[in-house]
Amino acid sequence: MANTRDIRRRIKSVKNTAQITKAMEMVAASKMRRAQQAAMAGRPYSEALHQALLSLRDRVDQECHPLLVQRPVKKTLVLLLTSDKGLCGALNTNVLRDIAALDSSSTVFVAIGRKGAAFLARTGRLMIADFLLPDHPTFLQTKPISQFCLEQFLSGSVDQVNILYPKFINTLVQRPVNLQLLPISIEQSSVMSQSSKTTPFLTHSPSSENETKKDVLETGEYLFEPTPDNVLNAILPYSFHFEVFQKILDERASEQSARMVAMKAATDNAKNLVKDLTLEYNKARQASITTELLEITTAQMALQ
Amino acid sequence: MPTLHLEIVTPEARIYQAEVEAVVVPGVEGELGILPHHVALMTQIVPGELRISHEGQQLRMAVGEGFLDVLPNRVLILTDMAIDEADIDEHAAEKAVALAEQELKNTTLSHEEIATVQSSLLRSLAKIRVKRGSHY
Repeated sequence: MANTRDIRRRIKSVKNTAQITKAMEMVAASKMRRAQQAAMAGRPYSEALHQALLSLRDRVDQECHPLLVQRPVKKTLVLLLTSDKGLCGALNTNVLRDIAALDSSSTVFVAIGRKGAAFLARTGRLMIADFLLPDHPTFLQTKPISQFCLEQFLSGSVDQVNILYPKFINTLVQRPVNLQLLPISIEQSSVMSQSSKTTPFLTHSPSSENETKKDVLETGEYLFEPTPDNVLNAILPYSFHFEVFQKILDERASEQSARMVAMKAATDNAKNLVKDLTLEYNKARQASITTELLEITTAQMALQ
Repeated sequence: MPTLHLEIVTPEARIYQAEVEAVVVPGVEGELGILPHHVALMTQIVPGELRISHEGQQLRMAVGEGFLDVLPNRVLILTDMAIDEADIDEHAAEKAVALAEQELKNTTLSHEEIATVQSSLLRSLAKIRVKRGSHY
């Protein structure tokens, strides 16, 4: 049996660790609240933007704007969102696992976050840019990143832009998602807005939307002011920039949630360990007292 | 009286949502009045004044840049700012204008930064215009 001094030392060190993880849990919890709020606040807007694009779908020619044209995909750009720091459970691992499934010869990467950049460098993938962002990025800070991806797409060096990020479902669940952003596929955005029908953010029930759609088809007239080109030139890039911004906020919310949960688990584990060690310590102490008593009594009996 | 469903959304929140009788928005080509049964329309909006007629009362808001999507009896306004006239802080807006004007004189700014300052200047000016307009 380990001696009591060793056990005491271990208890002390485990308690210290618990204190640190507890502090990290608190920090992550407060950051999480802010990050979740930011991610949620943008959802109605992103939803409304989808609706606007949806109402465009039947009225514009899919080939009339470079951001809408589907080209044969020779090269794909993947915008990879990961955290800068570790200690957030399996969050980054889950996202990075999805990269293995991608063909390395036809995929180039743009990384946001140190973990993703380090992984790409380690596995020898082609990374054309990496960016670092603060904890609470603003639209202006993320715009240069999305602008970079947009230019890559428009110049023809890539034919498709995807985003791979841990989607925030709730505090306990984050799911890695690989989503096509460019060319803007309005079919897909309609699927997305339908899947989010269940969220409380949406006001239009599917039936009312169908009615409005029918109304439009009956009237059959749709105006663009000043011209369709002007409106498309403004709304399509903007919707892409906003989409990227929204995904980055989502990643941040996922990261802080995962970190809080991981740190909570670590604190609980440390507490259990302290409990077990204390029991062992008490047993060892009791055993040594018993042995001592035995020795004293034997010695006394031998004297008599 | 026929009504239309108006929704105003900014990246921060859904600002306004109601059945209204009419809405006047600042479009790129001048002010646009939207009444129920308006033909489907999509356009850009510029910083300026938004007027809503709701149950006989008029509501005024300052809005920023964005988009307007009109479907029959549904109007969606996407903008980067929408503030109720009563909530506008005129002094803060005036200060913001002064600051922005000063910053624009700074020639070392990059193209992006100038665009940012200019759009915030236009937003502040729109706020002041809406606030002052209500006193006359």
